[in-house]
Amino acid sequence: MSDANIEFHAVATTAEVTEDEPKAVSIGRMDIGIYKLDGEFYAIDDICTHAYACMTDGYIDDGQIECPLHGACFDIKTGKALTAPATIDLRPYEVKVEGDQIMVGVPKAED
Amino acid sequence: MSDDRTFVIIGASQAGGWVAQTLRNEGFEGKVILIGEEPYLPYERPPLSKAALLGEVTVDSTYFWQQEALDEANIEVRLNTRVTAIDRDAKEIEIEGGDRIAYDKLAITTGARVRKLPIEGADLPGVFYLRTMEDTLAIRAAVKDGATAMIVGGGWIGLECAATLTKLGCKSIVVEAADRLCGRAVTPEISDWMYKFHTEHGVDVRLSTGIEKFEGNGQLERVVLPGGDTIDCSIAVVGIGVIPNVELAQDAGLEIDNGIVVDECARTSDPDIVAAGDVTNHPNDLLGRRIRLESYENAQNQGITAGKAMLDKAEPYSEIPWFWSDQFDANLQMIGLPQDWDETATRGDEASNEFVTFYLKDGIIDGAISVNNPRDLRVGKRLMQGKKQVTAAELVDPETKMQALLKR
Ligand SMILES: Cc1cc2nc3c(=O)[nH]c(=O)nc-3n(C[C@H](O)[C@H](O)[C@H](O)COP(=O)(O)OP(=O)(O)OC[C@H]3O[C@@H](n4cnc5c(N)ncnc54)[C@H](O)[C@@H]3O)c2cc1C
Ligand code: FES
Repeated sequence: MSDANIEFHAVATTAEVTEDEPKAVSIGRMDIGIYKLDGEFYAIDDICTHAYACMTDGYIDDGQIECPLHGACFDIKTGKALTAPATIDLRPYEVKVEGDQIMVGVPKAED
Repeated sequence: MSDDRTFVIIGASQAGGWVAQTLRNEGFEGKVILIGEEPYLPYERPPLSKAALLGEVTVDSTYFWQQEALDEANIEVRLNTRVTAIDRDAKEIEIEGGDRIAYDKLAITTGARVRKLPIEGADLPGVFYLRTMEDTLAIRAAVKDGATAMIVGGGWIGLECAATLTKLGCKSIVVEAADRLCGRAVTPEISDWMYKFHTEHGVDVRLSTGIEKFEGNGQLERVVLPGGDTIDCSIAVVGIGVIPNVELAQDAGLEIDNGIVVDECARTSDPDIVAAGDVTNHPNDLLGRRIRLESYENAQNQGITAGKAMLDKAEPYSEIPWFWSDQFDANLQMIGLPQDWDETATRGDEASNEFVTFYLKDGIIDGAISVNNPRDLRVGKRLMQGKKQVTAAELVDPETKMQALLKR
């Protein structure tokens, strides 16, 4: 993916996302979860790849987010599926912070 | 380095599927044969009484792994194939028709089958059980808008089925022989909540009520209650529990006691045979006793444990039992199997159908049930795992951050 194809959207302020409380945002039809981990912000798809649940309603522990429905765990930084029943990763997105705005980069065509 | 061993798995469902996948995930390069008598690839059963019965999902979408993924993992799946015997001396299994397959290691993941209702008329068309995809498709085909559906048994399956059939436009009547709902799984207070919740959603729940017989002329038309009263209905779904499929193991001389007896690593009394899922009776360290569970998470995680044990990478499996159920717009989740608690603490509001009730013993969580609050339940699971000291007052207090309790 070249940068030219990525568009950044302001989705939340830095105060709205804490280490314990992630935030669900949407860009177009995409549901994305914003997380804070060790002072950095991360963005991954918010809909669990197993059945259907908002990952941001889940529980954060040790850099992982646990699905509120059936307990699959994903790596917050990479979206990687770590435990059953999930076998498919959550897609990660680029994040940058400008002032107090959290900006998430998504491919232009998929808006 | 090639491996010429053959590992065979009997029962191609959740536990068996996870055994097979685990063998590959752990690098096993020999042959993996997954044998099941159903016509479908391993599929998820929870949707059978929920989204699949509603018609919201396709059969394919309930598969744990699509055919391509199984091919890629080089797992040979033989469907429509019933195993009839295990010959431990020859290390072979026999399938219907008489063919034999040799194994180096064997996994038994035969699950459970429904308990049948031994009453007159139970074999009439229109009387269903609910365990397999075929059952769900048959019930769906028989459901007509406005029909009266008789649900026999007020346990998890019965209540989920009542909720789904109500959503499909049926009038659902639940008859339960005991004096409360889900009596084997939840406390009397939660049974009361369930009764109220279902009644409010239009389900006609009749406790302490049995059924004398089903009647109809070539098709179910009514049920007869013990006093002689009748209720007209065109379909009935019976959900009165399941029986573990232990016969193959039993005939082969393995130790059986309400399930196939396995150790904490899913090993049976035969060093070359493991077992996992609904069919096993296994020790649970955290509870300090043996249990047989009929749950999604157990089939999955004990299946993974069994796969590792087949590769001599045995890791003890001991987790707090966890179970969920979806009924109307309520997501219920349970941890533990609380037996003798001395205090309960309800966080949230039962009336608004969003709460968690914790069961405490000596200030330690012994179990909990949540309705539409999975996050607090999951923190509760970790508090229970870590045997953290908590008070009912702080659990009830909405100002208490559950996560904070974990960190102290
Ligand atoms: C309608 C329904 C809803 C559920 N909802 C939930 C829920 O919400 N939450 C939850 O935690 N759990 C739920 N469960 C429970 C969960 O689905 C089971 O615990 C799980 O399926 C057990 O998996 P298993 O692989 O051990 O056994 P099973 O799924 O029973 O599979 C055993 C397989 O072995 C096959 N088999 C048996 N004998 C032979 C033989 N001799 N030869 C070949 N094949 C054989 C069977 O055909 C079957 O396919 C639900 C179950 C049902 C039926
Ligand atoms: S929906 Fe997330 S684990 Fe099932």
